[in-house]
Amino acid sequence: MSQPQETRFSSVADCRRDFPALHQQVHGHPLAFLDSAASAQQPESVIQAVSHYQQHDHANVHRGVYTLSHRATEAYEGARDKIRSFINASSRKEVILTSGTTESINLVAQSYCRPRLQAGDEILITHMEHHANLVPWQLVCEQTGAKLVAAPINKAGELEIDAFDKLVSDRTRLIAVAHVSNALGTVNPVKDIICRAKARDIPVLLDGAQGVPHMSVDVQALDCDFYAFSAHKMFGPTGTGVLFGKEALLEDMPPYQGGGDMILEVSFDGTTFNELPYKFEAGTPNISGVIGLGAAIDYLLSVGMENVAQHETQLLEYMMQQLSNIDGMRLIGTAATKASVQSFLVDDIHPHDLGTILDHQGVAIRTGHHCAMPVMDYFGVPGTARASVALYNNRDDIDQLVNAIRKAQQIFS
Amino acid sequence: MNAIDINQDDELRDLYRELILDHARNPRHFHKIDGATHTAAGINPLCGDKLRVYAKVDGDVITEASFEGSGCAISVASASLMTDLVTGLSVQTALDCFAEVTERLTSPGQHVGHDIGVNLDKIRALDGVRDYPSRVKCATLAWHALNSAVKGQSQPVSTE
Repeated sequence: MSQPQETRFSSVADCRRDFPALHQQVHGHPLAFLDSAASAQQPESVIQAVSHYQQHDHANVHRGVYTLSHRATEAYEGARDKIRSFINASSRKEVILTSGTTESINLVAQSYCRPRLQAGDEILITHMEHHANLVPWQLVCEQTGAKLVAAPINKAGELEIDAFDKLVSDRTRLIAVAHVSNALGTVNPVKDIICRAKARDIPVLLDGAQGVPHMSVDVQALDCDFYAFSAHKMFGPTGTGVLFGKEALLEDMPPYQGGGDMILEVSFDGTTFNELPYKFEAGTPNISGVIGLGAAIDYLLSVGMENVAQHETQLLEYMMQQLSNIDGMRLIGTAATKASVQSFLVDDIHPHDLGTILDHQGVAIRTGHHCAMPVMDYFGVPGTARASVALYNNRDDIDQLVNAIRKAQQIFS
Repeated sequence: MNAIDINQDDELRDLYRELILDHARNPRHFHKIDGATHTAAGINPLCGDKLRVYAKVDGDVITEASFEGSGCAISVASASLMTDLVTGLSVQTALDCFAEVTERLTSPGQHVGHDIGVNLDKIRALDGVRDYPSRVKCATLAWHALNSAVKGQSQPVSTE
């Protein structure tokens, strides 16, 4: 079982020592890992929690009457309670464990939307969505004859809120918006969006994959109807995620997948489904991943989400300043309110070439379209380079990034 | 600025050789061919490279080859070098080149080349990508598109 960490940080800067993967050389340089928006590194405590479970407690959950199965079930359900408390859901029934943000959103598309949508109905998203908050809606629209509507953004990468408002119609059945844009770093005015949606009785889903790792999230204060996120962006394992949904909505939704664990009684005449949250958790879940997520939450709480947010905001500001000082730099995503992420282009160097040259100097960044091709189309670029900061990054990482970019400019000069 | 290790500098220069940078900056045959007899698109979804290769085949000879699109230095340079090379070759010889180039760039260690009667020395400038598994796809993209074009396949090829 995971051991909750004691609060022992004098500053967030101390976090770095807890992440074993960060302490290595890449191509003869210290690793500057600036791709946490794609997948974050894991602290020792998460690695230990997963390993402890695998070495001592592994058995299937919710089934056996023996000791190991009890331990596995306790650790797994204990993690669900940690998640509930972390996002302040009102009940553990509202915490559905999935394989990640993508599955969480597909679940809502197929189980909430598909039975309700009629031809001519609309789902409203924004132009800055990750493909995971776009393609599932496209699919359910194709299945039902509904229409997918995307609200525009401006050159800073901010949502055009007035235009968004005008696109909300009598046919809008769901609004789905990124809490934080993965490609641009924009923090969307989600409270405002939810307020306006409530006034018209339209449910709102937030794609929180890039929100939860960087700021404290309270689903009751937000009053969102669904909130989806992934463990691996918040220092937990891959293949694990969460769908928060309001109990009343979840109760009304049919199961997403059929199988074991989601049933009460099965006969050839029919099946009685299990209660929430198990109704949506068919088959053996990712037990170790969920336990790892529980440990990641313990870790984040020990650091304090306010400290995380403050550290990252300062670091992002420093990164934006330092990047701006480079001749030929084009920053993409300059919203007034941002978190973690900076996309950019340098001279006419293709992001992929830049990524290779940076890797050679120990700097890991993401290059490409960031699963947000409509965003790239809007800015008229095939892709960007993207650096993202997490609680373990520091100014040395940023300086190493800047030096590596200057080196790339030399090679391409 | 940080001092850059000499060996690493060499490694990077081995990938981004002058010939590659030259072809990336000033790609040859970078246009559409009106009246092309064969064409195919190549897409590398990983980095967003999108190329379209054109060929004009007369009898069994490629009389003209070209490409357009956007991509990284490696994919553009490779397309430029390829269109230079295959112009004037028979379709079969161009396919032999495709097989030879893709085998050389994707086979680990020393590749034993086959004599296909074409001087591939210039293409050797791309050999540096063998150390970069994620970049091999960039270097072979145009070749896959050419292969698809001359075989008359209409689906865009992907190097994923």
